[in-house]
Amino acid sequence: MPGLDDLYREVILDHYRSPRNRGELETPPAVRAEGFNPLCGDEIIVFIDVDDAGTITDIAIGGQGCSISQAAASMMSAAVKGKTIAEARRYIGAFKGLMSIHEGEIGGDGSEAETGISTGASESGDVKLGDLEALKGVVKFPVRIKCATLSWNTLAEALAEAEAS
Amino acid sequence: MSGIPTNIKDDFPVLRQQVHGKPMIYLDSGNTSQKPQSVIDAMNSYYETINANVHRGSYDIAVKATDALEGARAKVARFINAPATNEVIFTKNATEAMNLLTRSWGAANLGPGDAVVISEMEHHANIVPWHMLAAEKGFELRWIPVTSDGHLDLTDLDTLLDGAKLLSVTAMSNVLGTLNDIPRLAEAAHAKGALIAVDGSQYVPHVPTDVQAMGADFLVFTGHKMLGPMGIGVLWAHAEILEVMPPFLGGGEMILNVTKEGFTTTDIPWKFEAGTPMVAEAVGLGAAIDYLSELGMDNVRQHEIELTAYALRTLTERYGDKIVIHGPSEPAERGGVLSFVYGDPEVRVHPHDIAQVLDQAGVCVRAGHHCAKPLMQTMNVPATSRASLYIYNDESDIDILADALEASSDIFAF
Repeated sequence: MPGLDDLYREVILDHYRSPRNRGELETPPAVRAEGFNPLCGDEIIVFIDVDDAGTITDIAIGGQGCSISQAAASMMSAAVKGKTIAEARRYIGAFKGLMSIHEGEIGGDGSEAETGISTGASESGDVKLGDLEALKGVVKFPVRIKCATLSWNTLAEALAEAEAS
Repeated sequence: MSGIPTNIKDDFPVLRQQVHGKPMIYLDSGNTSQKPQSVIDAMNSYYETINANVHRGSYDIAVKATDALEGARAKVARFINAPATNEVIFTKNATEAMNLLTRSWGAANLGPGDAVVISEMEHHANIVPWHMLAAEKGFELRWIPVTSDGHLDLTDLDTLLDGAKLLSVTAMSNVLGTLNDIPRLAEAAHAKGALIAVDGSQYVPHVPTDVQAMGADFLVFTGHKMLGPMGIGVLWAHAEILEVMPPFLGGGEMILNVTKEGFTTTDIPWKFEAGTPMVAEAVGLGAAIDYLSELGMDNVRQHEIELTAYALRTLTERYGDKIVIHGPSEPAERGGVLSFVYGDPEVRVHPHDIAQVLDQAGVCVRAGHHCAKPLMQTMNVPATSRASLYIYNDESDIDILADALEASSDIFAF
């Protein structure tokens, strides 16, 4: 039986208490994307500055929400800052893999999470998730997967917008 | 004492289970209530003995099924003291009942220059249908504000009602538990020539309901919050209003005649009940009404006042400024819906995290915006945790809730 220790790992609580890259960036030049979890009212705002070479030179996170959504956003911001758009997309894929979400797969909305089996490693490829691995326990609490992925989905939107502009 | 039997939990099979190795404590009845054995049995018995389509078969069980459906309608009518049984329309839920009201009465009566008045404490079901219709018809949507202590601010009510055709308001807030003074609101609306629609989703299951004493013109509520099954709700309105309302959904059951050129509608209430209705659910709702009536709705309400008082006292005495329970502080002015924020006053524990920690202790509460985002904005909170009480809850459930909250301070100690 999964316990709360699996969910609320110390590194997660640390990011929750001391969120990294918290704030706003001026738009433009930054692009801004907003994500909502209608279930619990969580809200994440992602600002990114992308230079001409396609590198995320700065990132800021706004909004509010539960410990998992806020910690995941903080960890995400630390992971992708300084990375290229392409690298950031690989992180998104790897993180969703960690959450047992496989794009394009029927029922890939976390339903497989109930088995408790994470196949994230196969999708990680060369991406080192580092601290983010601490969120692996979320898979045992399927309702919370949406909390953990909110910031990543919002980042994906911001990346698409940055590319378009 | 309230007159609710102390062994009442025995009537509810779902409450007999353990979750995460602990007895399940169900504190989410504002979301949906649990069902007594008698409701489950009544629905099973319907399918086992008289299942047939209604209003069209001439054989024995078809007649019995029709009688079962119409018998349930009569029970609903008596339960809310409706002047006539044919004023009770069955819908899928309260949301569909509200959409029937907006799409039928609203579309026929509202246009540019008109106004509908709602309040900041409404459930989305009494907001979004009006937004949708207003975008089509161009009428104005006006809002009664909510005070900081969780009451409707009626200071400018008469101004808000000027030129309004309808006041649509909840009888009990699903977030604050506030009981609104419907007779007073009805009088104010009628004085300005407006009708009043009442969202009774939280009220009807918990408080003796009399649509005539309320002065209501419409009442919507749902079966699953009052011990009945999911999939059945009710719109009640005065017959003379329903008679002139256009139909809502078209199809079988609601017609008198159909030709290649058009159709004519049948009588109320069937005019608003297109297609095969939810007969087993109606039977279940009827059984739920029997169960509540046997307990006595006065006892149901008294139990809720006493338990709400105990909960408010227990939680505030134990946690002081670490807990804020929204809504009126006087139990007699409210229902047993306890929305709260908890944690260090500077840094509250997020409701979603509280619900997670409580779940590990077997305690079921809801976390989130409770389908009332405009109210959350007014209260200036993104979300709350909500424990909502019903007849099968007792003081020990509150004690377990209070103990379980402690664990979240351990994890989220700042």
